[in-house]
Amino acid sequence: MMSQILAPKGAASPQFHDFVDTRHGPILYLEDVSVSFDGFRALNHLSLYIDAGELRCLIGPNGAGKTTLMDVITGKTRPDSGEVFFGQTIDLLKLDEPAIAQAGICRKFQKPSVFDALTVFENLELALKTDKRTWPTLFSKLNGEQRDRIQEVMLLIGLAGLKNQPAGILSHGQKQWLEIGMLLMQEPKVMLVDEPIAGMTHQEVERTAELLLSLQGKHSIVVVEHDMEFVRSIARKVTVLHEGSVLTEGSMDEVQNDPRVIQVYLGG
Amino acid sequence: MNLFKQDKTYGSVMSALAAVTLLIPLCNLIFPEDSALHFSAYSVSLIGKYLCFALLGLSLDMVWGYAGILVLGQGAFFALGGYAMGMYLMRQIGTRGVYGNAELPDFMVFLNWTELPWYWHGFGNFGFAMLMVLLAPGLLAFVFGWLAFRSRVTGVYLSIITQALTYALLLAFFRNEMGFGGNNGLTDFKDILGFNIQSDGVRTTLLFCTGLSLIGALLLCRWIVNSKLGRVVTAIRDQESRVRFLGYRVELFKLWVFVFAAMLAGLAGALYVPQVGIINPSEFSPLNSLEIVIWVAVGGRGTLYGAIIGAVLVNYAKTVLTGLMPDAWLFCLGGAFILVTLLLPDGIVGLLHRRIKPKDIEEALLGEPT
Repeated sequence: MMSQILAPKGAASPQFHDFVDTRHGPILYLEDVSVSFDGFRALNHLSLYIDAGELRCLIGPNGAGKTTLMDVITGKTRPDSGEVFFGQTIDLLKLDEPAIAQAGICRKFQKPSVFDALTVFENLELALKTDKRTWPTLFSKLNGEQRDRIQEVMLLIGLAGLKNQPAGILSHGQKQWLEIGMLLMQEPKVMLVDEPIAGMTHQEVERTAELLLSLQGKHSIVVVEHDMEFVRSIARKVTVLHEGSVLTEGSMDEVQNDPRVIQVYLGG
Repeated sequence: MNLFKQDKTYGSVMSALAAVTLLIPLCNLIFPEDSALHFSAYSVSLIGKYLCFALLGLSLDMVWGYAGILVLGQGAFFALGGYAMGMYLMRQIGTRGVYGNAELPDFMVFLNWTELPWYWHGFGNFGFAMLMVLLAPGLLAFVFGWLAFRSRVTGVYLSIITQALTYALLLAFFRNEMGFGGNNGLTDFKDILGFNIQSDGVRTTLLFCTGLSLIGALLLCRWIVNSKLGRVVTAIRDQESRVRFLGYRVELFKLWVFVFAAMLAGLAGALYVPQVGIINPSEFSPLNSLEIVIWVAVGGRGTLYGAIIGAVLVNYAKTVLTGLMPDAWLFCLGGAFILVTLLLPDGIVGLLHRRIKPKDIEEALLGEPT
């Protein structure tokens, strides 16, 4: 009752994200977006389009605006100017973080952010796409289908054997996977994945690449990563950010041979 | 989480509560006064008081231990519940007051008031008064929490505002114009539901009701913290912003727990007032609210029963020590808080767990393979 009264306008209903209009191709439109913090321009008239089902990699030197970009898309930071649309019709600047998450844009953070006090299973359960208002959450019980879904994701991320372990005891790499698993539980249209392989072993990196590749098509994925070898192994299309705007876009080879990119990375 | 689900301490606390609730009233009523098994009227009210404090501690543990909101004004909700009960008890006095005025309580006659203020209407009815016991603190918590949580006020700032809230209420209730008896508060109660409030029967019944409420509240709280809402709230405590990105409206979850805890505190206040026979503005004093935090810290926060153990032990110590050396009590209380913070971050319950830990850890880590 309380949540019904207080839910702001535009709060997403559970089916909301099925109505994302992607008939024109892109699922995410950022147009002429600028953000400044105390005079520092984190994003400078940035325009970016992500197609439905695409796997896009974002690279760029430190301070290029990669994390700020994710903050703008997920509602954490409001841009000073510009437009951000989800599909043709949903204006993300009118929604807050929970509404954007429910609409189907989910995010993995740079620093693995899982709930240490809860078990692997419980972490996934909280992420599960379902009615997230207070009273329904209080009385919520998992049905068989939802249990199967959690089990399926646990197998996919290789943590089924650790189901009842508190997430706090997981290794860094396992936490990264758990967080990717939490994204999948939300059945997102768009996954924003910030530095997924930080702290992973070689084998883990390979499996992460496989996992992300297997997810493209079903989800639109935006990966921010510093590891060029990893980016090369997964990317079709790479966007290079520099000083808050898009420097260039293209395949990994095109981008790596672009003199502007070389200059930015090596310092001209 | 698993450690607590298999916890035996919870069972022990529950059994102890059931025993106190059933046996003490029986012993008071059945055994004659010279018997060794007799509980005097004094001890019955004293234990009743401890149980009210335990309920109050439990309410703070819900909001502090689980939701991570350090409320330094939980006493305000307790006092509001107490005032709602006190207003009912005042209306029960009828013509037996000093001035014999059937319409107005003594303090209003004394202030030359001619009619009952609108907000006193309905308090002659027990059902309405009990509703207000829950609604008054609940509504205050709702409005306060809605404003605070929506503006994302957290941490120390929130704690300080809650402290200011209870202090503001303290000052307001001191004023005679408020119509709650000012400085003296509400007292000289005669009857509750037509029975003499001083009688042994009523005292033991009140103890019984308090025990029953505490057991019920403990069961309810345990059910809530083991529900999905409980897990969301724990997640908010540990990583608030992450929960937002999972699609939960964090402020509403905090508000839910805050209002629930306020209502529980109101219930504790309502049970407290008929047992001590008075409610006055000093119950709003910030010091009272700080004491509640100390009970929960001493018992062990985030365990529910820890709050109960802490509330009873600290208050027992208070009874004993204020009798022996009244001036030293605040030093002991402060000392206990410092010691617990430094040496026992998980309180007494944490100490119990440490002793039984190796086996439990093994069970939790190796048990339940998939």
